[in-house]
Formats: sequence, structure tokens, C-alpha cells
Amino acid sequence: MATITVDGRNFDVGSDKNLLETLLWLGFDLPYFCWHPSLGSVGSCRQCAVKKIQGENGDRSQLVMACMEPTIDGMEVSIQDKQASEFRANVIEWLMLNHPHDCPVCDEGGECHLQDMTVMTGHAYRRSRFKKRTHLNQDLGPCINHEMNRCIQCYRCVRFYNDYAGGDDLQVFSAHDNVYFGRHQDGTLESEFSGNLVEVCPTGVFTDKTLKSHYTRKWDLTSAPSVCHHCSLGCNILAGERYGSLRRILNRYNPEVNGYFICDRGRFGYDFVNAEDRILVPRERDRSEVILESSPIIASLKTALASGEVKGVGSPRASLESNFALRELVGSDNFYNGMSGGESELVQLALDFLSNGPVKSTSLTEIEHCDAVIVIGEDLTNTAPMMDLALNQSVRVQPLEQLGQVGIPEWNDAAAREYLQNQKGPLYLLMPQPSKLSRIATKSFRRGIPELIRLLSEITGLLDPSNGPTKVQQPASGSPNAAREADETVKEIAAALATAKRPLVIAGTSMGSLPLMQAAINIAIALHRKNENTRVSFVFPECNTAGAAMMEEKSLPAGQLSGTAPHTLIVLENDLYRRGTPNQIDEFINRFKQVLVLDHSETPTTARADLVLASGTFAEADGSLVNHEGRVQRFIQVQAADELVLESWRWILKLGKLVDNQKLTAYSEFDHLVDAIEQGCVQFAGIARTSLPADYRVHGQRLTRAPHRYSGRTSMFANHSVSEPRPPQDQDSPFSFTMEGHPGIPPESATSHYWSPGWNSVQSITKFRSEISRGRQQSDPGVRLIEPSGKAYLEYLKLAQTHDHQWQLVPLHHIFGSEEMSIKSPAIAARSPEPKITLNSAQAEEHGIKAGSTLAIIIDDQETALPVQLDADWPTDHIGITAGLPGLPYMEGNSIVQLKPPGNEN
Amino acid sequence: MLTEKEIAKIDLEVSHLPYKGAACIEALKIVQQERGWISDESIHLIAEYLEISAEEVDSVATFYNLIFRKPVGRHVILICDSISCWVVGYENILTALKNRLKINYGETTEDDRFTLLPIPCLGTCDRAPAMMIDNDLHRDLTEEKLDDILNQYQ
Amino acid sequence: MMRTDGAPLSIQEYEQQGGYQGLRKAFQFNPEEITQMVKDAELQGRGGAGFSTGTKWSFVPMGKSAPETKYLIVNGDEMEPGTFKDRLLLEGNPHQMLEGIIISAYAIQASEAVIFLRWAYKMSANRLARAISEAEQAGYIGKNILNSGFNIKVSIHTSVGRYMCGEETGLLSALEGKRSLPRAKPPFPQISGLFGKPSIVNNVETLCCVPHIMDKGPNWFKGLSNGDGGGTKLYGASGNVRNPGIYELPLGTPLNELIEVHAGGMIDGYQFRAALPGGASTDFLTTEHLEVKMDFKSVSACGSRLGTGTIIVLDDRTCPVGFVHNLEHFFAQESCGWCTPCREGLPWVEKILKSIEDGEGQQEDLGVLQEHTVGLGPGMTFCALAPGAMAPLKSALKYFKTDFEAHIQQKRCTYKNN
Ligand SMILES: Cc1cc2nc3c(=O)[nH]c(=O)nc-3n(C[C@H](O)[C@H](O)[C@H](O)COP(=O)(O)O)c2cc1C
Ligand code: SF4
Ligand code: FES
Repeated sequence: MATITVDGRNFDVGSDKNLLETLLWLGFDLPYFCWHPSLGSVGSCRQCAVKKIQGENGDRSQLVMACMEPTIDGMEVSIQDKQASEFRANVIEWLMLNHPHDCPVCDEGGECHLQDMTVMTGHAYRRSRFKKRTHLNQDLGPCINHEMNRCIQCYRCVRFYNDYAGGDDLQVFSAHDNVYFGRHQDGTLESEFSGNLVEVCPTGVFTDKTLKSHYTRKWDLTSAPSVCHHCSLGCNILAGERYGSLRRILNRYNPEVNGYFICDRGRFGYDFVNAEDRILVPRERDRSEVILESSPIIASLKTALASGEVKGVGSPRASLESNFALRELVGSDNFYNGMSGGESELVQLALDFLSNGPVKSTSLTEIEHCDAVIVIGEDLTNTAPMMDLALNQSVRVQPLEQLGQVGIPEWNDAAAREYLQNQKGPLYLLMPQPSKLSRIATKSFRRGIPELIRLLSEITGLLDPSNGPTKVQQPASGSPNAAREADETVKEIAAALATAKRPLVIAGTSMGSLPLMQAAINIAIALHRKNENTRVSFVFPECNTAGAAMMEEKSLPAGQLSGTAPHTLIVLENDLYRRGTPNQIDEFINRFKQVLVLDHSETPTTARADLVLASGTFAEADGSLVNHEGRVQRFIQVQAADELVLESWRWILKLGKLVDNQKLTAYSEFDHLVDAIEQGCVQFAGIARTSLPADYRVHGQRLTRAPHRYSGRTSMFANHSVSEPRPPQDQDSPFSFTMEGHPGIPPESATSHYWSPGWNSVQSITKFRSEISRGRQQSDPGVRLIEPSGKAYLEYLKLAQTHDHQWQLVPLHHIFGSEEMSIKSPAIAARSPEPKITLNSAQAEEHGIKAGSTLAIIIDDQETALPVQLDADWPTDHIGITAGLPGLPYMEGNSIVQLKPPGNEN
Repeated sequence: MLTEKEIAKIDLEVSHLPYKGAACIEALKIVQQERGWISDESIHLIAEYLEISAEEVDSVATFYNLIFRKPVGRHVILICDSISCWVVGYENILTALKNRLKINYGETTEDDRFTLLPIPCLGTCDRAPAMMIDNDLHRDLTEEKLDDILNQYQ
Repeated sequence: MMRTDGAPLSIQEYEQQGGYQGLRKAFQFNPEEITQMVKDAELQGRGGAGFSTGTKWSFVPMGKSAPETKYLIVNGDEMEPGTFKDRLLLEGNPHQMLEGIIISAYAIQASEAVIFLRWAYKMSANRLARAISEAEQAGYIGKNILNSGFNIKVSIHTSVGRYMCGEETGLLSALEGKRSLPRAKPPFPQISGLFGKPSIVNNVETLCCVPHIMDKGPNWFKGLSNGDGGGTKLYGASGNVRNPGIYELPLGTPLNELIEVHAGGMIDGYQFRAALPGGASTDFLTTEHLEVKMDFKSVSACGSRLGTGTIIVLDDRTCPVGFVHNLEHFFAQESCGWCTPCREGLPWVEKILKSIEDGEGQQEDLGVLQEHTVGLGPGMTFCALAPGAMAPLKSALKYFKTDFEAHIQQKRCTYKNN
């Protein structure tokens, strides 16, 4: 604790922050540019100058940069000091010397930190009569627009991109007043986190190119707090709409999940909401619009339900509420979680371990503080991108501990990086495929699944010699050198994990191997016996995989439907053809007399439906998702949907009324469902706390989706009707769809847009963040549904059999393309990879397969031909195949692939 | 491709340093010495060899005055434009040079013989005005001396 | 100790004149004692700031818990316009500096020494390289020097041109192969320097003093001075003086003696008007200051800095506006682009000065210039480049105000015949 005096007033503050952050936290408006709460201080912009009052009668007072000054007990500073204010105005004047002042045509206009700071300092008139320098812009790809003339050289972009996110294709060039921030040559920014430049840049140099194609000013966007639907991490986002189309995604600060950043899939993957293949009316097989009340399909659904002949397939990409509603409709015996058998088994094991085992799952930000990490079988950059970003921070944890001995505070970013140089803490990658994380990893150990399992068991044995599984034999196939290397790596990893303060084991489902996950769990158990601070994190495939699995254990019953011949199949937001081979799924669907599908976008499954109900996407729906960690989070509807588009759960409530379902008729609003889930399913206890109830009001007023400066409301639909339509009403959340409502800052979890007086840009987040802004209502970053009880997993798991066959499948996921919905967004599609097959070079040669040739493969019953790429480090007997992209076959990790002999190839 | 000679020289520098990337400036100097200037291709070659990105190499290359990112003539004239030379009238020498060579700062003569560039203080202020051509220092310059000096460089 | 023909002293010549005796003596002391002797000798850094060299060394972590690698770095960048003293030392007597390096490295227990040389100093680089191999053969550099158990590696790094490389932290960045950007202090290089290791950066001339302090003792060294601080100093003069050059004189030699005696006075037809006492980044001294003793303290008392001690003379026929414009052009070009005031302010200053010189100045310009001398002053910018740039401007606005005003009023440069 420290007491400081600011312009004559005393404040009690913490002493771990720099003075700038302390002053912002106290609520003072002090302009700044180069500082960023996640990036720390470097003191380059000189904007945050304050007077430090020292000496008798202040005779030794001097200007200091607040961001470079530790907060020290007893210090006295003045923000209002004349010299300090004048200097700050000077700094803006200097920055504006070359700034084009093109706010009216700048995408950042109205949410520009430079605008805000310029107004804040009071600089208004241009005194220089000289020409401004100009730059050429670069084409930085489909996501980011570049306008270098606007640059104010705060160096934040390169500090974020290179230092924080580990990218290497954005740099500063040249010197003096000619410095240029960009790439060496035109080209797409390669980092998976490039989109954050849009928010990190305090002005309009880097802007969202996808927004540009349907541009809307910030103040004209209707936005709501939402949760990203494109992987299992559940990053918090703000989604903004205008004229019925979704315009952009911004990061929404959540101190326990994604902090200040999101990945490019999450930011630029939203366009599926606006895509051509959206289903906008309920329709029959012949695509004619349907009136449910008079539909014969509904009539026969009613009889089928009565006799229990309706099967409901839920979905790991649909909300908890929608899954729950379907389960209520068909009855839990007839409800399936919508995953394939193999995937469900892995997810169930992970969830069971998390709730019954001894080890806690990590939040995303907690990962940043883990000091030794082992990643097993997950290519995180592509399957859980923000974990990659978190690991970029965790590898700094051990080195950062040395700062204390030389008295460098952690926020002094440049000094810390210079002192620590390239030192990195332990991060071990164990997987067959290459990983982008290898650039920061202590070691990337690439082996086939069976060998990885053996090595993991050895690590467990080393960690816990008394109880652990005994040392297993070296693989017979390995050369003595490889065996020695494996042996050394095992020892090295065990030692790093054993000596860490907060070790972390990351595993996941993408290899499709049960014994691999079991082996990972055993390591976590062994580590936990040594160290209670051991953490584990499991990566799941989809945004609500955990939720769907917690709702229901039964997976997709492909091929093994028991009981009477089923009558109706209801599929909830799920493309079954991504869960099984075409033959399997065809066979499954064919057994039903009628098929009803709820979805928002066309899929091969909707093509098989007798009746399709038009669901809302996340932008048109309220719902909850359970993320990889077991944290349930609420997403709020952003935009009013077309009349005939409803949330899936609302369609199901409607169906429930039509078929006189007792339970469902009782519910009419979102909160009813939430209450029902809370009461009906112990595993979801607490979910009601994730968001404010629909009747929440501040001083009797709703929260608003539109900012108070929203324009054009009375005229924007004048081409349809000159009378202003009644604004849509929201019965499911406390938000109005307009600017009517509480004008102040809402509770943090209900932030729909960042704004506070004088702060129009996203940098106003500092005013919203409770750790930064004093007196803010504590955020509710979602509710953790799963905590370890420690009741089970007292013994190590006996590993399931692994198979040693040739050509085990390793699905190669890609951040841009492998996820079902985001690939529909043009910006993501433009960054998706060419599908390919990867084989070990030497082994390919034995089989006469050449790099670049086309190889036909058979997975189960599907044949596909793809170009081959060879990799000398690729483990033998394994075959890597690009996964999930449109047109690629269904594949499950660890299945067996057959190669068609090259002779058959032309 | 980097030549064997270039690689050998770069390797020698790397051997003194804690990590490869720290040899970035040295590698630029070495390649420039061999090739006269640093082309985009050279940037990529160095980047690949030092296992850093082309951006990192170019960021360093464009920072320094004496890494040439454009082709230069066979000989580079660096004329001191700093204070002591200015006081004793380097500007006349510059004008004379420009007239003789028919080029401005930053340009190369048509026959690729000379490139003319300004340089801050050459540290020989007692014998101003001064210029350097390639590795040779020429001091106490007068307009009359220029032809003789230039003739030494073909 | 130099030859008159300009060739460097060979190792034998240097030894004959008592060279490497200081080193032999140094090994009779422990490192801390040497640091104390340098302190006692009142050696002040010759790079421009005049900070006590011994005191600077004393901040280096010593003993067993200190990091294994420590660096001694020689600042031979000498890019300050008007400064050419280090060149003389490097070209004329490289062994003297090598001896200084070895002793200093021993004092801070550095295992590596790096000599950072300005790109243009090709001859210095060649001579130094030869001297290093001579010293290696003679056993002064390498392992277990003179059976002392002390090891040192010495290498040369040549710059690719940037004034910032002379700033000690910018120099560290350059040695790491990066853009030569300055670093925030604290932490000081003594704690976190080259590659994050404790490092001392010293000027060439500073290190050249060290062997003599060892050889003849701190008191002798201190006694050489005629003012505040110990030793002799290499002074220089350039501009329209009769004998421009470098002169080794007692520290504290008066300015007028320097100009009139050693530099031979002004060339006929020119009159002394003012001088920058120590390179481009110092404030003008004028005729009223001719008596000043040229030591760090006395020159500061006149509102300037001794800097590098190489004076640049402004005469009565040279336009002070043009003079300052030339300087500011240099500083604007050499700004690294890291902090705002320097990056943006200097080009603005330069443009205004050019505009005034071209007869397009406006009365308000002088106010803007004046503001910059405050806004780019000490403490406002990230490193000392911009405050240095403001020194000549600030003093020019003070001493040559009428010249500026005449330019603006007459809409022309009053020193040109048109
Ligand atoms: C912009 C700038 C340029 C400098 N250039 C040099 C230089 O070329 N040579 C030098 O010795 N010191 C230079 N200095 C001073 C150094 O930062 C540092 O103070 C000096 O090398 C310390 O050596 P000393 O203690 O032996 O004087 C420069 C400082 C600044 C701010
Ligand atoms: S000083 Fe501080 S300098 Fe400047 S950025 Fe701050 S914030 Fe910046
Ligand atoms: S000013 Fe030209 S050599 Fe010094």
C-alpha cells in the first residue's frame, strides 16, 4: 500500500503499478499512447507527463513520464501543473504535425484514441505551415487495412505483434520522422492475432478491412456483449450490427478469459451471419415456406412424441438452452449430445477428471501465469488459438522472476525484455505434427501417438516413482539415437515440471486417442501429488462441447439405435456429416420417417430435412456456452432477427406448445429456461448468475445496445416506410435495442460498447476494468461450473490399448478453415490453407510417393485425393490430413487410413 | 544464395555472439561489402541464414545510414555536410561535384561510376571540407583538387 | 605519446616509452582498489558528460554473485559534429587505449571488451586490429594475462552510421545487432547492459587516461590539471582558425589561450564571434566567456557544457542562423524516431530555421523555436540527443537574437550578398 498526493488530494493506492496506471485507476484523465495495460510501459510517446513535486517548496520538482514512474508511498504529483499540461499539449501538437487529420474519411473516426487525447490536452490550432510527410500504404491481406499517414509512432503495433504475440512479419522501418510500420513487402499479416492491431493502434493506421466493406461508425452500431462461437475457449466479444447485418467483432475485456485480445478467427469469422446460405424462413423439403400450425409434419411429430419415437440430436455448437429445450421436448432417453462416439468418450473423460479428479482446470489468463507447460497432442495455434497467445506469456514467467534482484518492475517492458533477452521458461510440445509454438518452446518433440503415450508414462513414472507406472520399454522401431534422445527428453520434461511452481498439462481431443488423454491425466495426477498448484487444461473442438457433454452423455447413435423403429429425427444446429462418414450418416438418417432440422446455415444435413426451422445465429440469439475450462458464459442477442428467424430454443418452445408438451409450455422466456436448467440439472448449478436477468434495471431503466449518439434511427428504414417502426422489444435480456435506457456505465459483464466521457475509443476500457478503474462493479466473468472434488482419480489410469497400425490419421486443423462457420466468412476463407497430406519423407520414398504428387486415400468408406507434402520429422506410420475444410472428408483422429497404391494414380 | 565467403564471414561473427540474430548488422555489412548494396533478395538470404524474419533484417537495414537499400555506383562519394565543413564552405565543393557528375544527392551517374550521398561529420574537422570515396578519406578539399581525386576512381 | 609522422606506435615503441607498465602495476592491486584510484585521480568521462569514471565503475556488481559475463565497451563512435579527438588517439597510439581497456576491464572484472568504432574510421580499425594481435602475442590480451589469472577478449565492431550509436544505450542496441534505440534508465547499463549483462561504456579518451593513472599514480594525474577534475584533455578547434587541430593541454586551459595560442587565432579577415566549446550539442560561448577555464564545472557555470572539448568557432562572416540550421539538420536526421518531441520537434525546428534563412521567416517563428528549447530540453525527451540539439539553438536565440530578427524583417539572409 502507498499513499500518494495528486494535485493536493491524498489517495491510498497499491504500489505495484506504474504511476500512469495508478492515476487512471483513480479515475483521472491522463492522456497516453505508448502505454497499454497488457504491453506495459516504454516511455516513448512522452504524452503522460506529470509534475513530480520534490524538494523544499517543490524547488526540485520536475516533469516525469507517469508510465515510467513507480508508484511510491508519499509521492506527490500534479497533473494540472501548468508546465505539465503545456507539455502534453505540445506532444499532441507534434503528433499532429504529420497526422493527416482526415477524421471524416477515417474508419477510426469517432472511436479514435488520438482524437480523444487531442481533445483532452486542448490542442486545437495548427501552427506549422510546412508540408506533412506522406507514406505509401501496403496491402496487408483480407483482414487489415493500412493507412500509414495516420501513424503517430507509438510503437504499440510492433510491440504487440512481435513482443507480445510472437509474430515476426510486422516491423518498424527507417528512422527519425520517417519511421514506417508495416511489412517488408506487401502481403497478408501472418499472425493469428493480427486483428488486435485494430484495437491496439490508437488511431486509424490499422483498421478492420471487413468492417470497411460494410462500414458503420461506432456510434451507429447496435452492439451487445457476446461470446465467440469459433472454438472452445469462449473469448468475450462485442458484436455490432447495423441495417440487419453484422458489421464487426471487437474484443470484450474479460480478466479471466481473453483479457484484451482475441484471435483473428474470432474477429473476422463473423460473416457467416451475413452469408448467402443463411436460412431465413422455415421451409419444407421443396424449399417452400411452411406454416407450422398447419404442417402435417408437426402433426405427425405430435403423435410420434406421444409414443416416444422421436430422437433429438443436440449440438456442441448450440447453446445450452437450445440443447436443454430439445432434451425437454424429446425426453432425456431420446436425446443425444450430438457428438461422434469417439469424441464424446474423450470429452466425457476430460470432464469427469475435471470434476471428480484432484486437479483444477485453468482459465485462459491463469495459463499466462503458469511457469512450466507441457502440451500433449494439440496444435493449439489452430485448435485453441488464444492459448497460443497465453503461452507466449507463460514462457516469460520464470525469466520474469529474475527482475526482482535487479529492481526492474515488470511493467517496465523494454527494460525487462532487454535484461531477460531471449530467455524462456519451460514449454514442451509433444505431438506428431509441427507447431507454430515451437518457436517459443523449450523443445518440440515430434513422435507418433503410440510412442508419445509410452513417453508420457515414463514421465509419470519419473514424477512419481513409487506409484507411477513402471518404466515402459523403448519402442522397438526407434534407433539407439532416437531412443537416447527420447530418454533425455523425458528426464528433462519431468525435471522441469517437478520443479515448477505452477505446472500445467494441456491436452485435448484432436488426436482422437483415448490412451493419449489418459496418459496426460496420469501426468497431471502425478504432478498434483507433488504440487497442489498443478493445473490442467483440455481443449475441446467446439464452443459448447463441454456444455453439450455435460447435458447428456449419449453421443450420436450412429448405427446402433435401439428399440422401436424411430419415427422423427430432430437435429439441433448440427451437421451430422461432420460427425460420421457419409454412409454412416445416410444410413442413420434413412431410418427415420421424417427429419426436422433447426439451423441457421445450410449444411448437408439441412439438405436431408423434411422441415428446416430458421435458427438465429449467436448474433440473433441469447444463450449460454460452457467453455473448455467449464466456465459457463452468456451471450446476448445483438440484432433483432428477421421475423421468421428464432433462437433454436424458441422454436422448440413453439414446437412444445404445438405438441402440448407440459414442461415446455411453462416456459416462454429465456430466463425460464435458465431457471429450469439450474433446477433440473445439478451440473449446471450457478448458471443463472452468469448474466443479469431480463428484468434487471438501473434506476428503472434498461441497459442499452445502441450508444446515445446513435443516428438515423428515424430515417434508416425510410425506403421501406416513412413512419418510424416500433423498435424491437427484448423479453430475454435487460437490454433495449435502442439508445433508450441507462446512460451510465453498465455492470462490467453487461458492457455493450466501451465509452465514457472523453473516451470514445476502446482504450476507454480502462474506465471499465475493475482492476484499473476504482469503484467499478466487480465483473462477472462467467461462472465456473466445474471444480475438482478430488473424490476419484486417486490411482493412475490404466491406459487403454493403443494401436500401432500403419497410417494412423493425424487431422491437421487450421485456425482459418477447419471451423465450420468461420470458413464461410470471405476474410477467413482467403486465409485458409490448401488441403494436403503429410507423410514422413523416408517412408514416403519407400512407398514411391513423391512430394507434390496426388495421393488417394481411403478413410472408412470415403476416398479422397490430395497433394502430398513430405516432412523429414514427421513420425512414421502416421498420416497428416488437412481437416475440416469444405469438401474434405469426415475424419476422426487416430482412425486408420488406407493409401491407394500409387499405381492407380494418373 | 549467400556465397561461401559470405557465409564464412557471417559464421565468424556469429561465433562471438550469444544468438544468431545478433549478427544482423554484421551480416548486412558483409553482404553489402560483397555486393555493393542490399537488395530484397539479400534481405531474405540474411534472414533465412540468421533464422530471423525478413522484416527484422529490413528494420535494421533501413535504420542505418550506410546500409544501401538501393543499388549504388561502383564508387560511393560521401561528402561531409556537418558544421565545420559547412563553416569553411563545403557547399561550393558539393555544387562543383554535382555539376561535374550531373547528379544530385542519392543519385548515381549514368555510367554507374559514382553515387553521391551526404554524410554527417567525418571526424576530420581540422582539415575540412572533407569527403570519403569508398574507403579513402579526402580532406582539405578545394574545387581544383576534385578532378584529380575523381580520376582515381574508374 | 605519438609519432610525428602520423604512423601508429608499434608495440615495441610503446613499451619503450613505458607502455604496459600501468598494466603490470594494476595487477598488484585488487579491482576495487583500481576503481578507487581512478576515482581519486578525478578522472571525468571524456565522452561529453564528464561523469566520474571511478564512480561509474563502482556501480558494477562485483564478487561471486555477479553475473559471469560482464562487458567493457569502448565508445569510439565520435559522430558528434566538430569532434575529432578520438580519431587521433585511435590512429596514433592504439596500444595506449588497449592498455586502458585491459586495466579497466580488470577493475570491473569484465570478461569481454568491445570497441565500437565509427564506420568512417577505417584507418583506426585497421591499426587497432593490428595492435590487438600484437598485444595478444605479447600476452597482454587473452588468458591469464601476465600470470594474473585475468582473462580478456577484445573485439572490434564498426558502426553502419547513426549518431545514436554514440549514446551509450543506443550503442548497446547496435551491438546487439538491432536498431540503435536508446534504453530507459534505470536500469543502468552497469546492471543491465549488453545482452542484459553488466556493462560499462567509456569513451576512447577516458580509457587512454587510465594507464597513466596506474603508472604514475592518481595524485600525479590529478596534478596535471589546471582546473576542476584531473588530468590533461584533448582539446580541438575547427572553423576559420589558423591552426585547426587537436592539442593535449591541462584540463582547465582557458578558452582564449586555446584559440589564440594553440589554434593560432583567427584567419586574417575573420573575427571571433562565438564558439561551441565541445561539439555540436553544446551551448555557444561568446566573447564574454573567453576567460573561462575549459573544465566541466567552469564551462557549466557559463551555461554551456565542456562536452568533448573540441571547439567549433563561429566567426563574424558566418551566418549564425545558417550555422544553427546546419546543426539542427544534423540532429533532425539523426533522431532515432523513438520519442515524440525529438522525432517531430527537430524537423519542425529545422524547417523553421531553413525558412528564416531563406527569407521566409515569420515573427511567431521565434516563439515556436523558443518553446522547443524547453519542450525538447533535459528530462522531456527519452535520451539526451534532443536536449543536446537544443543547446546551440537556445544559446543562439539568446546571443544572436538580432540576427534572427534581421533575417525575418529583411526577408533574406543578412550574411549573403543579395
Ligand atoms: C546522442 C548522443 C551521442 C553520443 N555520442 C558519443 C560518442 O560518439 N562518443 C562518446 O564517447 N560518447 C558519446 N555520447 C556520450 C555517451 O552516452 C556516454 O556518456 C559516454 O560514452 C560515456 O563515456 P565516458 O564516461 O567515458 O565519458 C553521446 C551521447 C549522446 C546523448
Ligand atoms: S510516457 Fe508515457 S510515454 Fe509516454 S507513453 Fe507514456 S505513456 Fe507513453
Ligand atoms: S564537420 Fe566535417 S569533418 Fe567535421
